[in-house]
Amino acid sequence: MNRYPLWKNLLVVFVLLVGFLYALPNIFSQDPVVEITGTRGATVSKSLQADIEDALKQAGLQPKRVEMEADRLRVRFEKAEDQLRAQDVIARKLPANYTHALTLSPDLPGWLQAIGGKPMNLGLDLRGGIHVLIDVDMDAALQKSMELQVVSMRTFLREKKLRYVTVKADGMTVKVRFKDAATRDKAMEAAAEEFRSMNFSAQDDGRSFYFVAAVSEAEQTAIRKQALAQNITTLRNRVNALGVAEPIIQQQGQRRIVVELPGVQDPGKVKDLLSATATLEYRLVAGDPAQAAEAERTGRVPPGTRLYHERNGAPILLKRQLIVTGDQMVSASSGVDQQSGSSAVFVNLDSKGARRMRNVTTENVGKPMAVVFKEKRTVGRDENGKEIKKWVEEVINVATIREPFGRRFQTTGLDSIEEAHQLALLLKAGALAAPIDIVEERTIGPSLGQDNIDQGFTSVVVGMALVVLFMVLYYKGFGMVADLALLLNLVLIVALLSILQATLTLPGIAGIVLTVGMAVDANVLIFERIREEIAVGSTPQASIHAGYAKAFSTIMDANITTLIAAAVLFAIGSGPVRGFAVTLAIGIVTSMFTAIVGTRSVINLIYGGKRVSKLSI
Amino acid sequence: MRLLKKGTTLDFMGKRKLALVFSGAMLLVALGAILARGLHLGIDFTGGTLIEVAYAQDADIPAVRQVLEKGGFTGASVQQFGTPRDVLIRLPQLEEGKSKKISDDVFALLSKAVDGKVELRRVEFVGPQVGDELTEDGALAVLVALMAILIYVALRFEWRFALGSVIALVHDVIITVGLFALLQIEFDLPVLAAVLAVIGYSLNDTIVVYDRIRENFRKLRKGSPEEVINISLNQTLSRTLMTSFTTVLVLIALFFLGGEIIHGFAFALLVGVIVGTYSSIYVASTAALMLGVSKADLMPVQKEGVVNNMP
Repeated sequence: MNRYPLWKNLLVVFVLLVGFLYALPNIFSQDPVVEITGTRGATVSKSLQADIEDALKQAGLQPKRVEMEADRLRVRFEKAEDQLRAQDVIARKLPANYTHALTLSPDLPGWLQAIGGKPMNLGLDLRGGIHVLIDVDMDAALQKSMELQVVSMRTFLREKKLRYVTVKADGMTVKVRFKDAATRDKAMEAAAEEFRSMNFSAQDDGRSFYFVAAVSEAEQTAIRKQALAQNITTLRNRVNALGVAEPIIQQQGQRRIVVELPGVQDPGKVKDLLSATATLEYRLVAGDPAQAAEAERTGRVPPGTRLYHERNGAPILLKRQLIVTGDQMVSASSGVDQQSGSSAVFVNLDSKGARRMRNVTTENVGKPMAVVFKEKRTVGRDENGKEIKKWVEEVINVATIREPFGRRFQTTGLDSIEEAHQLALLLKAGALAAPIDIVEERTIGPSLGQDNIDQGFTSVVVGMALVVLFMVLYYKGFGMVADLALLLNLVLIVALLSILQATLTLPGIAGIVLTVGMAVDANVLIFERIREEIAVGSTPQASIHAGYAKAFSTIMDANITTLIAAAVLFAIGSGPVRGFAVTLAIGIVTSMFTAIVGTRSVINLIYGGKRVSKLSI
Repeated sequence: MRLLKKGTTLDFMGKRKLALVFSGAMLLVALGAILARGLHLGIDFTGGTLIEVAYAQDADIPAVRQVLEKGGFTGASVQQFGTPRDVLIRLPQLEEGKSKKISDDVFALLSKAVDGKVELRRVEFVGPQVGDELTEDGALAVLVALMAILIYVALRFEWRFALGSVIALVHDVIITVGLFALLQIEFDLPVLAAVLAVIGYSLNDTIVVYDRIRENFRKLRKGSPEEVINISLNQTLSRTLMTSFTTVLVLIALFFLGGEIIHGFAFALLVGVIVGTYSSIYVASTAALMLGVSKADLMPVQKEGVVNNMP
């Protein structure tokens, strides 16, 4: 009686072996590493590796090892100071379409890496870093798309020679006014053919005739999704420029984006970069300075134009119609203009933007074109002290188009090289499709992260020691078996967290501590049952058997209900709370295995199939 | 070693009127505290900014206050946090747009005042909208957890047990939250997580007791429901106390060694585990008894599927 079949014992041994193996990476020390990754399709190659190694050698730096993975190159160092010096060397050597970042990586032996061993993923509250939750202004995204709809409607009607009076955006509709019903009907028919996703309807007010084109719900949803996706791409590009290892940028809900940057020290700089909105617009100049001065005085601008100001405050009239915007720029860099010696931004347009630029400049050789620098800035406060944010638009440069140009050109007129540099970075990363607002920030300094790890570790160890001691006192031999199960349970939790690469947070550690307390519950239930059986006079062997059997369904019921609570926590909670739910759930599952199957196999080995007169319980 | 004498025969159900009065009084105090004093909600729920800094020497709290006031940050609460060198600064919710930069401004100000001999330990900024959402989600989480448990227990046992367990859980949650209101301890996101864990834990306890009650109803041929429940409670008593004791042991370790941030969390769990242990004996069983649970309700209708998977 009380003997496990061989396969069950083997299963226990196998699970424990796997557990130990995958928990192992957590005890290796971490190397300082410079990690190199390609952007925009660039991949790391052998030749890049050779270049970097040469450059490091010239600088007198000896990396511990250089590893190439599928998409990244890891240069390991013995000391953190070497890593910092190497960062400079690598930054100078690295081609533009690669980024590098500082990180820590455990130095695992090859065989452990081969089986996919990785240490646990520590949350920001343990390793330090910045977490920001960003809200995307969807109304602004919709409004912006309506402006584009108005432009394309106007262009379409003009091309088809359908004479309209005005085209205006009105909420989520484009409202077009005509002089007579006949033109309106004809235009509506043609437009409905072209703008298939919109719903058209006619409207009269006696004197004027309108058609109203409404953007469908489905289309609005698509616009929102697109805005969110583009913002995520832009933010990712901006974060890459920061050189942070293992950044997390992901969607949360319908209109939120989470950005997590481990190890970053300067939250102010990060927030500035993330929410910066500067961009460029190219427009043709309309009218001469006298007309502009007149417009400023009277407040009336000629049709199709808008009044802008240059950086020195001089008024200037520009055409309403845009040539290109920052959205259409695929790359940008900053530098110094060869002729004037002033700071400049060198821009590359995408194919659509380039075509348009070529068309416009070909038609307008000899005429002036203006560059508008657009930035969202705080311009003051209202009566409640609330900040007023406005798009500040300044004309930074007016130049005569000497010859047609398209894809590549440069823009001067920025105040300083820093401004040019910042602008180039933002243009390169792409514009935000919609304005964003930071609605939550959690920054953990590196020293606090380490403190949290230390305190978490201490409380796990002390809590466990107390329980282990108590179990031995209370259940003697059986208590020791339960303690063994408890230790193995901890190993299994660490192994599972490492395999799943679930994030361990401070509440997560609390979850582990709690499962330690609760993991013994299964054994308490079993052992109490065994004691009861002995008390009513059963033989030791029968008592063991009945104890395990009778406690089983109770343990299941009790643990499933706790799992339900953990699942709800995981589904509804965020960040740290999720970490707690994950370790709690993992702990429940592993503890059921170690406390039921694990202890039974040990108890069976001790007592099974023998003549036993008394149990040590 | 044993906590209790073998075969205790304590008359738990006989004292149920007394327990009822006791629970009623605790609930009244808890509800009164929640309504009258309100919860001292953390910035997770109210929105606002929290900054933790560590000075090279022991911090001069009045000086920090003065620096902040001069810098225009009125309404800041400054307090010591953990060690004498650590200072926690709380700023109320400010107008939108301004608040996300406020932590940088405050730290720059403090840093300037002591020539950079201060380190930024932690910043938490929660916008008003997010705070409202977290409050809603938190309340929703508690409700969903209770509903899910109600359904599970009703399926596995019987509706009287399901209702009894949920009554016990609501009892535990109200008393735990009430204590936070009474003592004005900050109620933040980790504490909410702890309350949910208390639900899980207390239920665990209750289920074990119910399991035994069901077993005894089926096994014992005679005895009133009151007697059967009493026997069941006595049989499970040493397990109930043992498990609570080991859990309390680790929670005490967590409370004293886990660091300042985890304090509220560990405290909520400690209170919850103790109240939960009490409620699984007195509240859950009493509720089931008063709802009229009887032998007829618990005789097996169908074969149980789980028992076959014994180890």
